Amino acid sequence: MNLVVNGKETNITDGLTVSQLLVQENVKMPDMVSVELNGQILKRTKFEETTLKDDDKVEFIYFMGGGSVVN
Amino acid sequence: MSLTEQQIERYSRHIILEQVGGTGQEKLLSSKVLIIGAGGLGAPAGLYLAAAGVGTIGIVDSDKVDLSNLQRQIIHHTNDVGVEKVKSAENKMRAINPDITIRTYQTRVNAENISDIIRQYDFVIDGTDNFPAKFLINDACYFNKVPFSHAGILRFHGQLITVLPGETTCYRCIFNSPPPANAVPSCSQAGVLGVLAGVIGSLQATEAIKYLLGIGDLLTNTLLTYDALTMDVRKVRLNRNANCPLCGENPQITELKDEKQVVCDLKNCKC
Repeated sequence: MNLVVNGKETNITDGLTVSQLLVQENVKMPDMVSVELNGQILKRTKFEETTLKDDDKVEFIYFMGGGSVVN
Repeated sequence: MSLTEQQIERYSRHIILEQVGGTGQEKLLSSKVLIIGAGGLGAPAGLYLAAAGVGTIGIVDSDKVDLSNLQRQIIHHTNDVGVEKVKSAENKMRAINPDITIRTYQTRVNAENISDIIRQYDFVIDGTDNFPAKFLINDACYFNKVPFSHAGILRFHGQLITVLPGETTCYRCIFNSPPPANAVPSCSQAGVLGVLAGVIGSLQATEAIKYLLGIGDLLTNTLLTYDALTMDVRKVRLNRNANCPLCGENPQITELKDEKQVVCDLKNCKC
């Protein structure tokens, strides 16, 4: 089935969960990623149990620092 | 306030813009913007906002200029190494535009002092590079209802979002709390393309000016992501999160507190 991951059409195996997608998409640091599924931020505790459906839109949003150390 | 002849000449390229005009320029001159962090992001933001004639600009930073800063923190020059960053930044901003007021805060923002500082400003630019500060700024801006621009940069990637507290998606809507230790590398550990700070910091300054003038569409409920290697620029729609611990339906965060700093020590780093 087809998903849109970070704006790109991606073909994945049926029945994949969000956790499995993170592995498949080679996300090396899942702890630093928030996942948005069809416009809503998904709770981290739901990654394992959420199965992806055809045409789902998934965004991986990364923690990013940068700038100046003031603290 | 009416513009002097010198001001009309200095700001002529703004004034000629239909969306700015003399009235808009006067608005900028009577506006106050706070830049937290006089580093990679704060450097271009400070220079452009000073040049633009934002009448009062505050800069917060507790650090001194280091040689390794100069690759990207263009507000600081080689002969500033060892000088307080706020002082170095103030000097350059004054040199560009003696017309404006610069306030410096040589301190670290914390739960105790941040509200008193940000309350005096119309807009805040988060130019910090650590997560406790980013969460603190988000929370303080929410409690004090001060709009701000969040940004982050790492390696070849940058991102930013504008937050109108209580109205649009906040940082905690996206990230509940700081990442676990060893999860996220910092720029000093992972590296960052110097010019990336210029691109993203300038976009933050653009958002500040648009907000102050009330023009265009702000990057609210929208995260702009930029990949310098591929030149992909994307706008990711991010709706407010009903489960947000700060601005959601059942907030768990009801007062400011300092989050612990998490840094990745390279030995155990997964990056």
